[in-house]
Amino acid sequence: MLCSAKLSWKNCDGDGWSVLMENIQQYFVEIFGTEWGSMLFSLATNMTFIFAIVIPLLLGVAYLTFAERKIIAYMQIRVGPNRVTFFGIPWLRGWGQPIADAVKAIMKEIVIPTGANKLLFLLAPVLTIMPALAAWAVIPFSPELVLADINAGLLYILAMTSMGIYGIIIAGWASNSKYAFLGAMRSAAQVVSYELAMGFALVCVLMMSQSLNLGDIVNGQQGGSFLNWYLIPLFPMFLVYLISGVAETNRAPFDVAEGESEIVAGFHVDYSGMAFTVFFLAEYSNMILVATLTSIMFLGGWLPPVDMAPFNLIPGIVWLLFKIAFILFFFLWFRATFPRYRYDQIMRLGWKIFIPITLVWIVLLGSIMQLPESIRNTFPLNVWF
Amino acid sequence: MDRIKKFFSTFLLFELLKGMAVTGRYLFKPKITVHFPEEKTPQSPRFRGLHALRRYPNGEERCIACKLCEAVCPAMAITIDSEQRADGTRRTTRYDIDLSKCIFCGFCEESCPVDSIVETRILEYHGEKRGDLIYTKEMLLAIGDRYEEQIAKDREADARYR
Repeated sequence: MLCSAKLSWKNCDGDGWSVLMENIQQYFVEIFGTEWGSMLFSLATNMTFIFAIVIPLLLGVAYLTFAERKIIAYMQIRVGPNRVTFFGIPWLRGWGQPIADAVKAIMKEIVIPTGANKLLFLLAPVLTIMPALAAWAVIPFSPELVLADINAGLLYILAMTSMGIYGIIIAGWASNSKYAFLGAMRSAAQVVSYELAMGFALVCVLMMSQSLNLGDIVNGQQGGSFLNWYLIPLFPMFLVYLISGVAETNRAPFDVAEGESEIVAGFHVDYSGMAFTVFFLAEYSNMILVATLTSIMFLGGWLPPVDMAPFNLIPGIVWLLFKIAFILFFFLWFRATFPRYRYDQIMRLGWKIFIPITLVWIVLLGSIMQLPESIRNTFPLNVWF
Repeated sequence: MDRIKKFFSTFLLFELLKGMAVTGRYLFKPKITVHFPEEKTPQSPRFRGLHALRRYPNGEERCIACKLCEAVCPAMAITIDSEQRADGTRRTTRYDIDLSKCIFCGFCEESCPVDSIVETRILEYHGEKRGDLIYTKEMLLAIGDRYEEQIAKDREADARYR
């Protein structure tokens, strides 16, 4: 080693961060031996990274609920939660609300209905939140900042988001209630239907980027300005993906599974306390996940809208967070605006409109991409193909 | 032609965007919420809230135990017992209103020949255990004594319509 194993890296050559990491690794090796040291080091770094993702994510979920209540209230010319504050600071009024809600939910009893399958009943929330959090492993927050930089990142995401349905079905079945079961059936059918349209929309992104790695997909959108983002050539796919994302997360106007005015709460009607909160967390972290994926696939991820002085000085992760917040705002806006779709309308939209549109677009995109370069170069303003 | 127009307007999500424009505009409109404990909505002088028993200016209670209010009360929330006093007048010994039964219709006030039982503007009261909402004669008289000024003003304001 160039430097001592102590945690001082200022006098070292090269990139400060990587040298620091190397020194920490060296430290581990000295304490635990070569084999165990490096294993424990990678375990420790991975755990740190996981917590660095999950804790801000859960905080984001908490404040997303607050943002939702505030924004929908403002759109209905109300003011929303404005009482709970921290230490009596007046300009933070309302900001304590998610914390108060969380504390309330933790204190409450988890009622297990008679005749419910206890194991499955308690397993279902875990099965719902696990994929919602696990999918974040492959999300690139900036060119370097990604927990698992795997080649089939997109496939992993699709696999993980599909897993969430198991939690829903098991929750509906284990509750031993016909209403919960009805909600679970509706929800599962809806999620499965829209997964197809969503997948086809992503196939277009794959064709454009020629890669399943999310980092490469973002890099494929590089090129100076927002005109290079896949949003422009794949605009219909962007809409299909966004709307399918709303349906996929069972959000209004596609919330027949929950439908508070029809079947109360759908598959989680019998859940209370922390078990209910876990479903809630899963729903909202899925929302954030869909918003993140939309930003990565179509809005250029960490890339600034224009690669010029004031914009590209802002770090990439800030741009990504900004884009996520933008898409999430649309989720809330939809909820404040649209009445709930009828169940058959949802199915019609998914099967008879979105899937044909996406299929046509795939064929169209494929034929454009297969044209000889000499013809493609004659397209005006073409920066994509 | 119409069908083509309709096709494009649904396909381009035109109506959805129009709806979103409406909610988007409302996002920035001034909010109409009344922040309750700090702000209150205006009340009519006819507001029917918590009951009170009034007195004459000389301190004599108005109620003559005619039991008209007890008879008219549709929820049967009023219970009255009476006796003859030493000076030969009839007065109540008991005047209970069960506020958990009361529907605040105002019939008792309307039926009262001497303007004794009235409904005040008070709406923020509560009971913490069973029985707290059964108001006795003493409690009702105390409310009347405390808010007599407001009560008299409200009767005055409404007098020409009665």
